[in-house]
This record gives sequence, C-alpha cells and structure tokens, in this order.
Amino acid sequence: MQNHPVYTDNDPQTEYSTLNLGPTHPATHGVFQNVLQLDGERIVSGVSTIGYIHRAFEKIAEHRPFYQITPLTDRLNYCSSPINNMGWHMTVEKMLNIQMPKRVDYMRVIIMELARIADHIVCNGVLGVDTGAFTGFLYMMEHREEIYEIYEEICGSRLTTNIGRIGGFERNFNHIAFAKIKKFLVRFPPVLREFEALFNRNRIFVDRTKDVAAVTKEAALSYSWSGPILRATGVDYDVRAMEPYSSYEDFDFEVPVGENGDVYNRFLVRNEEMWQSLRIIEQALAKIEKEPSDIFHADVPAFYLPPKEEVYNNMEALIYHFKIVMGEVETPNAEVYHAVEGANGELGFYLVNDGGRSPYRLHFRRPSFINYQMYAPMSQGMLLSDAIINMSSLNVIAGELDA
Amino acid sequence: MGKIPNEELLQKLTDKFAGQVTHTGADYGLLTVETSKELIYDVLAYLKTDAALQFIYLTDITAIHYPEQEKQIGVIYHLHSLTTNTRIRLKVFLTLEDLHIPTASTLWDGANWMERETYDFYGVIFDGHPDLRRILNVDDMTVFPMRKEFPLEDPNRIDKKDYFFGR
Repeated sequence: MQNHPVYTDNDPQTEYSTLNLGPTHPATHGVFQNVLQLDGERIVSGVSTIGYIHRAFEKIAEHRPFYQITPLTDRLNYCSSPINNMGWHMTVEKMLNIQMPKRVDYMRVIIMELARIADHIVCNGVLGVDTGAFTGFLYMMEHREEIYEIYEEICGSRLTTNIGRIGGFERNFNHIAFAKIKKFLVRFPPVLREFEALFNRNRIFVDRTKDVAAVTKEAALSYSWSGPILRATGVDYDVRAMEPYSSYEDFDFEVPVGENGDVYNRFLVRNEEMWQSLRIIEQALAKIEKEPSDIFHADVPAFYLPPKEEVYNNMEALIYHFKIVMGEVETPNAEVYHAVEGANGELGFYLVNDGGRSPYRLHFRRPSFINYQMYAPMSQGMLLSDAIINMSSLNVIAGELDA
Repeated sequence: MGKIPNEELLQKLTDKFAGQVTHTGADYGLLTVETSKELIYDVLAYLKTDAALQFIYLTDITAIHYPEQEKQIGVIYHLHSLTTNTRIRLKVFLTLEDLHIPTASTLWDGANWMERETYDFYGVIFDGHPDLRRILNVDDMTVFPMRKEFPLEDPNRIDKKDYFFGR
C-alpha cells in the first residue's frame, strides 16, 4: 500500500492510475488526503492519510486547568463548537457531582440544538453544492448566520464560541438573545421546507445520491459509527435518548432513522433532525418561562468563575477567582466517561483526574475520527464522483478528525 | 431490556473467567474491570457475543501512562451494549518491556484506527493488527508523545515553574 503521495507515469491502458485526492482539494472541504488507485473513473483502492492539522490537544489538556480546556474543545468540531463546550462542562460537572438548575439545562439544550442545526445546515447545504445545486446552500447559509448572531449575543464570539462555564453560563441570556431565538424559530422553518422541496424529490439529486455508498447496519456498528450516518442505516442510537444528559429526558422528540444508509438517507435523517431540534428549542423556551429568570449558573463558588464586578469588590469572590485561575481548587480522584450527541456522532470525554490542577489524562472520543475510518474501504469500486459526495455526507470535520 | 446491573455483569464475568477479571471500581456507575493481556481477547469476544450481554458496540480504545507503576501503560476499552444500554470499561496494564497485546480489530473493524492511535501515542503494539502504523503523527517520529516523560514544551523554560506560584 502506498502511504505517501507519488507521481507515476503509468500507462492508463494497462495500469491503474494513482490520484492524490487532497490534502487541499476543493471538493473535500478540509485537509483530507486519499491516495486512490483508479481504473478509469472507478476506485480500485484507497489509503487515507490523516493528521495534517493534529494539534496535540490531549497532551495540551494534561497541562491546563479545567476551565482552560474549553477553548480546546471549540477547535474539535468547529461547525458546532457549543456542543463540544457543553460536553466538556458536563464532564467536569459529572466528575464534581454538581447538579445544574433546570433553567441552565434548558439554556444549554437551546444552544446545543441551535449548534446541531447550524452543523446540519452546512453539511446538507454542501452536499447540495457537491451535486451541483448551489441555491440551497446559499438559502440556508443566511440562517446559519442568524444562529451565529445568537451565539454572539450570548457569548460574544461566533465560530470558536467558548460558550458557558463549568457550573453554568458566564451571563444570562438577554432579551435580545431570546428575541433572536424566537425570530429564528419563525424564519427558519419555511426555508427548511423550501430546502426539502428543492431536494427531496429532485430527480438529479436523487439519482446522484440514492443507493450511493449504502452501508448495512452490521458494517456501521462494526466500524463504531455514530450520529446521523449510523441512524441512516436504521440503528436508533442517539445519546440524547439513550443516556439523557442536560435534562433531555424532559423533552418530547423523535429519533429519525433511515433504511439503507446511503447518502440520500443520511441527507433525509439530517433534515428531519433539524425539525426535531426546532421542536426541542420550542419546548425549551416554553419550559424556561416557568423557571426563575435570574438563574444562569449553579451555586458552586469553588468552580464557577465569579463575575468580574464581584472579583473587584468582594473578598470571597476574589479568593475564588484566584483559586480557580491558578488551579488550586480541590478535585476528586476520579475516572469519568461522559458522552454527548454531537452533530456528527457520539462525542465522548474520557477524563482521569488525580486531584491535580489539570487532568491526568483526557481522551476525546471523536466521532469524525471513528466515522472516517470506513471511508477508504467503502470507496472501493465506487465512482470517483460518488466518493466525493460520500465524503460530504459523512460530515467529517478536519479539526475533530485530527484533534 | 433495561440496564444490566453492575453486580450481575461482574458476576457473569467472574463466573466465566474464574478470578482472572478483577473489579477495580464503578465510578459514576460505569463498571470498570481489569484483566490480563492473555485474557483480554477472550473477555472482549465473550462480552460481544454473549446473547444476554451483547456489547456489540466498541466505543473507544485508548491508553494511559503511570510512570510510577510497575506496569506503566494501561490500555483502556470502552464497550457499549446498545440493546441493554449498559457500558463497561476494561483495562489491561502492560510493562514497558513487553507492550504487546492482541488486537481487537478482528472483533470490530472500528478498532483498527483506535489501535493505531493508541500505538502512535503510547507505543502499544497490537499483535495481529493488519496495518499498525502511526496515524496522526509523522511517520518518522521516534518517540511516543503522550507518555508522561515527553515534555509539552521546551523543558529549559523556567518562567512557568511551580515555585514561582508558591506551589
């Protein structure tokens, strides 16, 4: 097997030709390299090379206090970083046995579902682009921008959000944030309906995606797939439903599943998940109304960074601020695995703590890394153009793949 | 089917592998057992194929380094039984001199890259693995960077030493 890119003078009449697909190919949406052996346009075999943007997050995390690890998680799946942030906060809270007030849970649910929609907008939009339909992508992109404006209103940043804190949120959602969420809930559904009308029965799109890269349940489970692409094969595994975190058990939603795991099914599953996310956000907004409106964090002064104005005017807050920033807080000897349903699969945090100022070991179970594994084997025998669409529909994010 | 209670799961394992599987804790409700590298493949295969357990989903394989222990490197498996919604964590500890352990990639295709990652960062050699190469780091790297002795940054740098902070 060929690991490095090579140039060959093969005669296409008698020998296979080698194609370096990537690492910076415009159709791969990220730094992915696949060295393919081609017989005409058909792929004979392929080898994936990954690690181009490996940044050693697990090693860095062993040298950082807990609250400084949140920005690292931003850079995993950067299309839906709030889910990663919340997953990390919840992992630490689980380790510390901190119970969140219901209102915080619901606020988190809103943000995580918005992030899921933003991620699916990009993935399904790009899948359209790759099949030759740019319109849907541009239509939907406007609404991803609306989601990013909601993030901005809540935490000040857009892509690498660093949203929330261990123990809650850094500040309450203001009325503008709520107004923007409500506006999104009104403005997005008609667009999503239009998007579905544009694609779901579109002859060109269906011909390009149906029965392309179909995966059986057994293969998907054997490759430890998770997320929408696993559900598209017909397995109803969703961490939100199986092991509810952040009060997901309070919500009424469905886990959409597909039938044969092809690209078309993955597309449909993601669209349906966006509808379910909208449902969840609506319910969460209704539930938040019933909770006291001034609660946005748990009462855990030893772990929750106090607001700046208190740090300057209040002795206790200053002490806690100092202890948290310097990593002097007491933490238990513990070993915890916590999983959240990221936009592209089960995002797990395996944290081993020895009571020090930083984790003894932190491992990210990154769905992109595990989902991408089947890409080269499943591309065998596929047309090159189908392999491109297959890559888009896997929703592999380079930052998460390489960590 | 509901979640398998930890006691029942542990009982099944100890019955099957008389005394070879030791219980090391159940932090936050996740049963953790330790076994030996001779037995790990059988334990994994048993957990996967037993009709009542059905741990068919391999969540993760990773490793950990404890420099002060005799057996320094621990290989950690997380399995998930989707039908009963039960998770289990398995550990095998290895000495630095003998970092061989049987591969799980014959049981799960997904173990392939997880084991490559573990090899890449800790140097654990998975016997029988079809393609044990580095995966995230460059091919000509000679160290295993997640081991504790490998420094994160320039070891000569002193401005971040603990004594500056009264520790």
